[in-house]
Amino acid sequence: MSAVMMTRKVRKWEKLPGKNTFCCDGRVMMARQKGVFYLTLFLIVGTCSLFFAFECPYLAIHLSPAIPVFAILLFFFVMAMLLRTSFSDPGVLPRALPEEATFIEMEIEATNGNVPAGQRPPPRIRNVQINGQIVKLKYCYTCKIFRPPRASHCSICDNCVDRFDHHCPWVGNCVGKRNYRYFYLFTLSLSLLTIYIFTFNIVHVVMRSVNSGFVKTLQDTPGTYPFMLVCFFTLWSVVGLTGFHTYLISLNQTTNEDIKGSWSGKNRVQNPYSHKNIINNCCEVLCGPAYPSVLDRRGLMRDDLSVPTSALSIVPGLCLQLESSYGAMFPLQKTTAPLIPNEHTPDDAKPSMADSAIAHAEKRSPSPREEKLPTLPKSSPTPTKVPPLASPETDAEASIIAKDKAL
Amino acid sequence: EISAPWTFHNLQELRHSASLANKVFLQRDYSDGTTCRFQTKFPSELESRIERPLFEDTVKRLNIYYAEAEKMGGQSYLEGCLACATAYLIFLCMETRYEKVLKKIGRYIQEQNEKIYAPRGLLITDPIERGMRVIEISIYEDRGSSGSCSGSSSTSGSSAR
Repeated sequence: MSAVMMTRKVRKWEKLPGKNTFCCDGRVMMARQKGVFYLTLFLIVGTCSLFFAFECPYLAIHLSPAIPVFAILLFFFVMAMLLRTSFSDPGVLPRALPEEATFIEMEIEATNGNVPAGQRPPPRIRNVQINGQIVKLKYCYTCKIFRPPRASHCSICDNCVDRFDHHCPWVGNCVGKRNYRYFYLFTLSLSLLTIYIFTFNIVHVVMRSVNSGFVKTLQDTPGTYPFMLVCFFTLWSVVGLTGFHTYLISLNQTTNEDIKGSWSGKNRVQNPYSHKNIINNCCEVLCGPAYPSVLDRRGLMRDDLSVPTSALSIVPGLCLQLESSYGAMFPLQKTTAPLIPNEHTPDDAKPSMADSAIAHAEKRSPSPREEKLPTLPKSSPTPTKVPPLASPETDAEASIIAKDKAL
Repeated sequence: EISAPWTFHNLQELRHSASLANKVFLQRDYSDGTTCRFQTKFPSELESRIERPLFEDTVKRLNIYYAEAEKMGGQSYLEGCLACATAYLIFLCMETRYEKVLKKIGRYIQEQNEKIYAPRGLLITDPIERGMRVIEISIYEDRGSSGSCSGSSSTSGSSAR
């Protein structure tokens, strides 16, 4: 069955490979499994609400109003760090486009020479010398790139992440170069918040017991004790985690490297990224420059959609109009399956390479679109402007898009 | 000696009268660690298209810009501490230093393309569009004279190491 290729603009996040979910039209980026993240939110918000509701009034009156104020500030800081860690791009490396992948393959073949038939080709490794240490860069078969040093492929999110630390289910995202400092500040501030709440819980119980006796105190305020228990147990794990990451930061190592024992010291390997000075290492990790995302999730790109000609015959006269406007640009092609957004298409370089290269040279992700479109669920695409290269048959385009939405 | 069978003089003409012949990818140079640097090795495919000093100048300047963006110094520490004190909410309204330098790089590449590369039938893609992994250089040929340009003959080999 023949079809006509239509083109429209979509946001780049809709076409990104990998197993991430996106919200707010590409502004938020998380892993697919978010259940544990909701649990984290519930525990933090729940514990703090109970603290503010039951303990703070007593403490504010009998001790100082600064206590709840400081708790509120700390709570907001914890939430800000958590949301920043969970919602931001950890430093995902985009996959190689076909030409780049081919170029790298050609280089690999040139390096390997002729492999005798039946023999396995050597593993794809590039050796780089960094600060006097030989570091092996591995080839990623999914992303078709040689991974930069310290990058690793996360199998849960199916992305290569720069300076990959670990995938944290509690925050529902990978922890990498871009969000490591937020993650560390989250664990640090959460430790402080948990210790703070636990301490003032005890102070509150002691103060009440002094006044009215221990048993009566337990009867008066029963609601807080389950959460105090939660506090007690999470305290040890969160404080332990903070301590562990403080240790890693002082050595400028990632969790991934620590687990693999990359710089453990055997065979005289040493960490080539460490400044050999704790202060410098901490400054680099925590106060270094804020790296921008290279994903350009909200940029616009052209999406080719094949519409079967039988569907077009519903609107008489459109067929001819479409052929005249688009025929020159996109010749009639046999349809395979309609292009479903968010499905993993092999590549998105369908428009001619020259045009896309030149379009990129002229401008990069344009300013946020001005017109307001009705909000649609993520699975259906939101067409925006008529692509600049197509001829201005706006009536034909608009009616096709309206029909597409209705289908 | 560089032959010039092409006649386009700017990016617009490049779009209309040229077809893509080949692409060359300049890889990252990791010898200094994970900071962003690109190799300045001159690819053989460009030998007939552009003078080596011009090309190396462009790449060196890009490396200088990236080093400036990632520089660990007083200004970056100040920015980091200030942002931390505001729970990083300040990033919602302020542009980071890195983003400012990236814009500068974008303008520089645009200018280089217009002045130097497009008249020679080449186009540099901003590395940020390729995940900061490579500098992609597209080699174009005049549509009317396919096959006559030496740029297409180098597709069989790769830049030998």
